[in-house]
Amino acid sequence: MNLGPHRLIEHSELPPRRMREFVDSGMQRVRAGDVGSAPVILGLVVIWAVFAALNPVFLSPTNLVNLTMQAAPTGVIAIGIVLLLLIGEIDLSVGSVSGLAGAILAVGSVQLQFPLPVVLLAALLCGPVVGLVYGIVYTRFGVPGFVLTLAGLLAVLGLQLRVLGTAGSVTIPFDSVIVQFGQQWFIPAAIMYALDALVVAAVAWHLVSEARRRANAGLAARTPLSMGLRIAALAALLTFSTWYLGSGDGRGVGAMVLLFVALVGGTHLLLTRTRFGRAVFAVGGSVEGARRAGIRVARVQISLFMLCSTFAALGGILAAARLAGANQSSGGGDAFLNAIAAAVIGGTSLFGGRGSAFAALLGVLVLTSISVGLTLLSLDSSVRYIVTGGVLVLAVIFDSISRRSRAAAGRA
Amino acid sequence: MKRDADENSARALTVAEPGQHPDRILSLRGITKRFGAVRALAGIDLDVHAGEVVAIVGDNGAGKSTLVKILAGVYPPDAGTIRFFGSLTDIPSPTESLDLGIATVFQDLALCDSLDVVSNLWLGRELTRGVGLDEVEMEKRSWELLRELHARITDVRVPVASLSGGQRQTVAIARALIGDPHVVVLDEPTAALGVSQTAEVLNLIERLRERGLGIILVSHSITDVLAVADRVVVLRLGRNNGDFRASDTTSDRLIAAITGAIDHSRRTGDDE
Repeated sequence: MNLGPHRLIEHSELPPRRMREFVDSGMQRVRAGDVGSAPVILGLVVIWAVFAALNPVFLSPTNLVNLTMQAAPTGVIAIGIVLLLLIGEIDLSVGSVSGLAGAILAVGSVQLQFPLPVVLLAALLCGPVVGLVYGIVYTRFGVPGFVLTLAGLLAVLGLQLRVLGTAGSVTIPFDSVIVQFGQQWFIPAAIMYALDALVVAAVAWHLVSEARRRANAGLAARTPLSMGLRIAALAALLTFSTWYLGSGDGRGVGAMVLLFVALVGGTHLLLTRTRFGRAVFAVGGSVEGARRAGIRVARVQISLFMLCSTFAALGGILAAARLAGANQSSGGGDAFLNAIAAAVIGGTSLFGGRGSAFAALLGVLVLTSISVGLTLLSLDSSVRYIVTGGVLVLAVIFDSISRRSRAAAGRA
Repeated sequence: MKRDADENSARALTVAEPGQHPDRILSLRGITKRFGAVRALAGIDLDVHAGEVVAIVGDNGAGKSTLVKILAGVYPPDAGTIRFFGSLTDIPSPTESLDLGIATVFQDLALCDSLDVVSNLWLGRELTRGVGLDEVEMEKRSWELLRELHARITDVRVPVASLSGGQRQTVAIARALIGDPHVVVLDEPTAALGVSQTAEVLNLIERLRERGLGIILVSHSITDVLAVADRVVVLRLGRNNGDFRASDTTSDRLIAAITGAIDHSRRTGDDE
């Protein structure tokens, strides 16, 4: 055979991945700018500590229940933004789409007296329809999503005004099921605890069975200690939140809040455990790489635009339910900016390919905490805008720095 | 068109060419490709056998990249025939190329930098368990494949961006093997690599040969080609300009053929 210069290198057997590396990898990740949700959790703790110090009412169960209810609609919209940011795109029209969905809900159920399920379906469907249009124009003509959805923002706002008609503002009666859902429905504590137990059991089962399969396959697996800690932490978090929100005068976990958290969990599973999710990250990392790997890139992009608009429509429905009505400014003003800011503050990279569904949850908690906290201090919205802007800039600076240190550490 | 008629009749009548070499996987005859007025390929012949490394060398503009892209299904040839295991075939799209069993590793590798090694290896062909991904099985098989290739990769859960050039090339080649191909086309696999990384990739190519694959190695580097190839096919201005056994040729003769100092264009192919 050949005895060329490449024989210089002797190949050696490689050791399988050692346990120590598993432990060290966490530290390495911090240094390499791959820190996940840690900074936003830290930020949230700081914000809560400051507001609690300034006004103890902030941490009262009643206030936190109110906070979660306020966060849910924006949070649902933010999930969609996270999905699009993962492929480095953005949808500026989520506010208009949510406003349109709210308008359809209000006008359909109040003025036209259609049955609620039909109206809900129609309101929800405007999401995928708008998203499909975006997706097709985006993939066919290569129009940048930024401009495309800016155009969409205007056009859909026009539709919203058209739907609302001359009235301009429609109030949904308080006894309507949808308003009850948005304002009055709280999950009974017993059911919440049962759900908590179910989630903890599912996660535990998954961790243990995967560890067993990995051990059988000769791969490095989590230690029982690390699994135990994770499960215990999750159980503690869930039961404590359930208990605290229901303690004192707190009314517990709102139906809308549960829906939001469930959507975050579902989106997380979609992104991390399915082929579709893998394709999303691949497209976000390298469009050409994904295409050559046989991924139908256009299909992924269209699906994400549709998902984002659908989440926006659902967020609009929730907002209309919570506020018992829709008007010409629903979804306008800072609504879409808050949803986008929440996704970014939660730790979704603007550069694509990085982020998690939990970014929507954490980001919207930060934003709503700031808003609620400042209101409690009797500061008006001028301060809120300035503070929110500051936090957003911090989040983006953080994103840029960690991206740079990832590049420096070769983990771009 | 004449070619279409030929093709159809051949398909109807024969499965294998008479006198077909038993190990011959891929056989190109008279491949021609024009881009407007430019004739990139003018009647190229090429054979690849199982367990054989065929190097394709040539100067810039000789038609190497065009030939690679025809094999990868990026664009179809204007004329000529492609036989795969003796049967006439077309390669109209990249998917068809993969389905036939031709895996192409392009020079830019086209890896997804932010995904880890396992994700890149299985991208677009992920194993599933129920509706979810089967990460355990994918990671296990990734290790098996990388060990088999003696790849110098110590962690398959790091982003590909953190790997060296040689490791990235290894991942790209390993990814090509996931689909269990018959022919692997490597486009300039050592162009961007240092000395030891080049050695790593050349070792890897030998291991592919040991697996019985047919390997087409497109390269600028005469040293690498002579080190690893069994046969060297020289292209010049879109034509065959010599087909050498690597063991009994020299870099001087190859360079002469590449630059056109010697005209071998009459003795094309090796019709055993």
